[in-house]
Amino acid sequence: MYNFDLVRPSTVADAVAALGDEDAQALGGGQTMIPTLKQRLASPSKLVCLSGIAEMTGVRSEGGQLCIGGATTHATVAAEAGSYPALAEMASHIGDPAVRNRGTIGGSLANNDPSACYPCGALASSATIVTVKREIAADDYFQGMFTTALEEGEIIREVKFPIPERANYQKFVQPASRFALVGVMVAKHADGVRVAVTGASENGVFRWKAAEAALNADYQAASVDIIDASADGMIGDIHGTPEYRAHLIKVLTKRAVAAS
Amino acid sequence: MVEVSMTVNGKTVSGSVEGRTLLVQFLRDDLKLTGTHVGCDTSQCGACVVHVNGEAVKACTMLAGEADGAEIATIEGMANADGSLGTIQAAFQEHHGLQCGFCTPGMVMSAAALLKDNANPSETEIREYLEGNICRCTGYHNIVKAIQAAAANMTPMAAE
Repeated sequence: MYNFDLVRPSTVADAVAALGDEDAQALGGGQTMIPTLKQRLASPSKLVCLSGIAEMTGVRSEGGQLCIGGATTHATVAAEAGSYPALAEMASHIGDPAVRNRGTIGGSLANNDPSACYPCGALASSATIVTVKREIAADDYFQGMFTTALEEGEIIREVKFPIPERANYQKFVQPASRFALVGVMVAKHADGVRVAVTGASENGVFRWKAAEAALNADYQAASVDIIDASADGMIGDIHGTPEYRAHLIKVLTKRAVAAS
Repeated sequence: MVEVSMTVNGKTVSGSVEGRTLLVQFLRDDLKLTGTHVGCDTSQCGACVVHVNGEAVKACTMLAGEADGAEIATIEGMANADGSLGTIQAAFQEHHGLQCGFCTPGMVMSAAALLKDNANPSETEIREYLEGNICRCTGYHNIVKAIQAAAANMTPMAAE
């Protein structure tokens, strides 16, 4: 990897100031960033380490929402997000134990890998992404594969999750990468059902609105039987064809409803 | 360059590293603690697992500068004070938990992290915890047996 200056701010304000420099890049837990640097796919002049910022770490409840600091690791969410079991369960199966001890929710959401779990969790939950500048609704935040509403140097300070009445995440694991080959989260909120899908679309995480409509009419797995997810725009690679992924979306949606 | 200072296996160490220096490079190249292995260098295989503040971490996917001020434990710290094998290491030897041995440092460190949180893991829990540790000799069966034996051997001590 190309060399860079590493800075380790202890406050959000110092991190924002450090990211003001040209070619500066934020470093969360580094579980994607460091491999990316090794492959020379990124060459920042300065890396701003967010893991030492205490005010961005931890899980708390506020007004019926679960609030998770942007620098909180997957292992901490798995252990401490007990008020939202489906989210804790999701966190407990990201990567492997050593990856979960480093990787962070803010890093995952900022990266928006098309096969990552947390984008699916945030979208299904109708989470709010709280940055150093503003609050962004999940529906506005995810803008395509590896693309988000974040601006240059904008850090995710916290993520606020409304806790659904019922929810479940089904991950069909791609065993080599431990990402989702396809993952579906179904969340039944007081104001309606949300179905979010990761790992499938060339545009990254998305809501399967046809399934949402069917489940709003009747919340049971069989409601999904009469609709099919379209293979148009689905990812096709050595692990699965677009048609296979579309099929998995339906299967996993039904499983998630049944398990929720 | 970044000045770093950390505790490795109970000893305070310090050094001057580049921003891009990985923790595993600092351990192996600067401190000459070559027990921590680099297998894939892509955070898949787990041969480089060490403990950072008590938690299993892949040392090939953490910068040395990020470990400033941390307490690090490596495979070199797993032996007993008299140099004899620690409980987990002895169980790996007894149960033939290694063939070529390349993955063993990471396996032992992951096992130690698991047993710290879960003194009596089931076979399923052990296999799930080792998801990020790859043995290309495919000797998983005896690795799992060794960890089960280590758990059994450690439990009486914990009860004392």
